[in-house]
Amino acid sequence: MAKMTLEELRKLRDTKKNEIKKRDLSGRDTQIVIGMGTCGIAAGGKIVLDAFLSELELRKIDNVIVTQTGCMGLCYVEPTVEVIAPDMPPVIYGKVDASVVKRIIDEHVVGKQMVSDHVFDRPSADIIKDGGKR
Amino acid sequence: MHATLCDFVSDIVQNSIEANSRLIEVDVEENGNKMRFTITDDGKGMDEHTLNVVLDPFYTDGIKHKSRTVGLGLPFLKQTVDAVGGDFSIESEVGEGTTVKCSFLTDHIDCPPLGDLVTTIMMLLTYPGKHELVVTHTIRNGARRQGYSVAKSEMLEALGEVETSGSLMLLKKYLQSQEDSIEDNEIHA
Repeated sequence: MAKMTLEELRKLRDTKKNEIKKRDLSGRDTQIVIGMGTCGIAAGGKIVLDAFLSELELRKIDNVIVTQTGCMGLCYVEPTVEVIAPDMPPVIYGKVDASVVKRIIDEHVVGKQMVSDHVFDRPSADIIKDGGKR
Repeated sequence: MHATLCDFVSDIVQNSIEANSRLIEVDVEENGNKMRFTITDDGKGMDEHTLNVVLDPFYTDGIKHKSRTVGLGLPFLKQTVDAVGGDFSIESEVGEGTTVKCSFLTDHIDCPPLGDLVTTIMMLLTYPGKHELVVTHTIRNGARRQGYSVAKSEMLEALGEVETSGSLMLLKKYLQSQEDSIEDNEIHA
């Protein structure tokens, strides 16, 4: 593949923007936060991040916000992922791998049903702002 | 211990981000069987005492996690460098910033694999915060140097934002194309 230039990247971005406008926005206002502390990285957080991006691309969902954070205080169930979606409570999932990523997208983001067997509640109180009231 | 060399880099860069750096530079340099990483920031830095204890796994500043008594990022790194016969150094000055340098002999039997460099660079460039981050990947071959450099600000300008899944995927493709053509990209000193 020839090297992509910044100009080509800009053009691709514009094409993508137009595509998004035309589509039904199933990922709107959804945010996925992946734990990338020492514990998260060691447990495979990077694979989870990659899995989210490729699974979302597969389903042509371009507008889910995917960000990283440090350790969420749940090192024993890493990799952990927080999912904040409209009409759903914020949930922290633990022991996430590529197959759980598929379920989170299909069941939680699209289907509005929690993936119950991977729910690990909120992070520990010492690292969340305002005692967890955010 | 981390599974890949890239994981060590992600871990150390997070320290730089948490030290309120404005500019973080990550240099990845390949030279034969040596893989060298240099992470330089202009964050809050450390005093001499902290610098002396920071490689102790039972030292932490206790700021991020009040009840925690371990800090494993740098100790993990030093342990692996020692195990595979590389170099490690850390320099820091309060208010000036910190530089961590490490290298690994990739043909050592205990050397972890490099890991996914493209995803790692994408992660580094998109970690939340207002800081600037520049990644340079160079391959040295005698007097020849090939490589590329990519800055967070440049990607933000081209993509508008780097947090939606669509943008991240584009960024990843851009980085992959830089990696794929790295050998055609001669650097002239």
